Amino acid sequence: MKEFTPAPDSASIVSVTDRVKPVALGMGVTAVHFLGDRAAFVGGEENVAFVDAKGEITNVAVHSGGILSTASDGKRILMGGDDGKVVSLDAKGEVTLLATDPKRRWIDAVALQADGGAFAWSAGKTATVKSGKAEEKSLEVPSTVGGLAFAPKGLRLAIAHYNGATLWFPNMEGSAEFLPWAGSHHAVTFSPDNKFLVTAMHEPALHGWRLADNRHMRMTGYPGRVRSMSWSAGGKGLATSGADTVIIWPFGSKDGPMGKEPAMLAPLQARVAVVACHPKNDILAAGYSDGTVLMVRLEDGAEILVRRNGTPPVAAIGWNAKGTLLAFADENGDGGLLEL
Amino acid sequence: MSETSQKIPVTVLTGYLGAGKTTLLNRILSENHGKKYAVIVNEFGEIGIDNDLIIGADEEVFEMNNGCICCTVRGDLVRIMDGLMKRKGKFDAIIVETTGLADPAPVAQTFFVDEDVQKNARLDAVVTVADAKWLSDRLKDAPEAKNQIAFADVIVLNKTDLVSKGELAEVEARIRAINPYAKLHRTERCSVALADVLDRGAFDLDRILDIEPDFLEADDHDHDHDHHHHGHDHHHDHGHGLKHYHDEDMQSLSLKTDKPLDPNVFMPWLQNLVQVEGGKILRSKGILAFHDDDDRYVFQGVHMMLEGNHQRKWKEGEKRESRLVFIGRELPEEAIRKGFESCIVS
Repeated sequence: MKEFTPAPDSASIVSVTDRVKPVALGMGVTAVHFLGDRAAFVGGEENVAFVDAKGEITNVAVHSGGILSTASDGKRILMGGDDGKVVSLDAKGEVTLLATDPKRRWIDAVALQADGGAFAWSAGKTATVKSGKAEEKSLEVPSTVGGLAFAPKGLRLAIAHYNGATLWFPNMEGSAEFLPWAGSHHAVTFSPDNKFLVTAMHEPALHGWRLADNRHMRMTGYPGRVRSMSWSAGGKGLATSGADTVIIWPFGSKDGPMGKEPAMLAPLQARVAVVACHPKNDILAAGYSDGTVLMVRLEDGAEILVRRNGTPPVAAIGWNAKGTLLAFADENGDGGLLEL
Repeated sequence: MSETSQKIPVTVLTGYLGAGKTTLLNRILSENHGKKYAVIVNEFGEIGIDNDLIIGADEEVFEMNNGCICCTVRGDLVRIMDGLMKRKGKFDAIIVETTGLADPAPVAQTFFVDEDVQKNARLDAVVTVADAKWLSDRLKDAPEAKNQIAFADVIVLNKTDLVSKGELAEVEARIRAINPYAKLHRTERCSVALADVLDRGAFDLDRILDIEPDFLEADDHDHDHDHHHHGHDHHHDHGHGLKHYHDEDMQSLSLKTDKPLDPNVFMPWLQNLVQVEGGKILRSKGILAFHDDDDRYVFQGVHMMLEGNHQRKWKEGEKRESRLVFIGRELPEEAIRKGFESCIVS
């Protein structure tokens, strides 16, 4: 592991900071997704800000309160709010109300199926799936839902909660399968090859199950909670936040990360806050708690400085589908767009 | 200090069923204080609370996977705090109302263990509303009620108009047998000054000034304040009409010395004590005078969790005295006293 401190004019690192188009969003940001070639920055409450290649900002009102959860398939963004509503936003900026919780409970988690367009949301202990014209299907799990994810194939939903995760085929009665593991499970994700399920826990650790035999994989050693996970192109690695380096767990073999060490790239004197793998190449972008944004080559850990430190933590980072645009923003809403 | 003041204060409002929690909550919300509160309640939508920001909670308690058995947190609070932080600036303070049957410890512990919660919010105080008429009975049959009294920083003894003077004295004596350190306010319909329940800084190390039992005027007589155990007879008369109770399982234990403590002995002793007996110790607090140290050291704890720091210089003329208080269940008093004495520099 090499030592690296991002001195402002450090000659040892390639910098593209002068090519970044700064974007002043004027609101706290929690996520960014691309819809077409426009970056859509999701605010902490009420609004989404579209930013085009010229850096022009268009605000769209989506919720009448806090925006608690987002998911995107590149065509639309699905959002859940503390107003009890599930809405979607498309590339044209059109907002569609998809569901309202009858008790106006918080919509804690949402998920979008990559192909097929089914979507899911949760309020309290109940997860609900809507697929095409079919009726809504709901499942109650033993405790509040921490996260939702659709399997890459078929209509199957993973629901993270306390003491484990539940796998569910909404179209099959009685199909809920419980994967136990003590503790509180938040975000959940399937590996792109559909072989593994991984949750980010309340404690600083990930937990994984190999779906063929439900074998456990404990991924520990983080100093802080993992809030951001991103699969590398092709799904060979899972990049994560939570440490002062980007931690990438190997999922290339049939055993996943069992008995293996993760790769540790781009160490800084700050905590990795958000990660986003490039959709096509073995590159990732990482945002840090001191405001730094780096692009990192997975193969050798070579770094390119995209944004210098000295600001609030980076809160959102994302690539467009082609991998030609990178967008990011810090907690205060100072963001940037980089065209590659 | 500056960092502390930027964090959003959280008041935990607890109390047995029917004691008047909702009355107090509405009182806080309706008073003309110009502040906005986010209110986290349990019985969502079923009680009349007039506030913009009301969040329904599920009181989901889970154990942390850190090998500490009493280290339980409220998972729903972690989630709610996370969501609320997206609306920073829309409210000035948070009030968490628990159900009548809730144990306050997991709520309090959430604010010490969870990194993200700790970054944004600070626990201000645990306020327990007690029913003057029924509390004595509840202390006999409901362990939850006893927990809530033992855990409290502030006790609002409500419905005092429904009891006689004698009954009031009795219920107060029972409260004091469990927790002599909480500030106690007698009220009718929870009419207590907001300053007495909000912004108390009860968990703020900088605000630990002294550790003295909070005796009301009726109790204002000279007796040994450091020893709340008066043998094992359950109540006895002191000859001036004041009953003293000894609660069978919940007590407070106070330790004091004017000789300096050896930090190298004291710290490991305290750490070990809360590790071993943390399940029994609900709250702890201390002001310490260490050998060869001109600064006051203060600490406070909830079960196995401790936080402490040097607070300030001992003032000139200030008595360099160490004081410790433990409130808990079946505390091994003799062992604690002996352990404490072994920390004194001889």
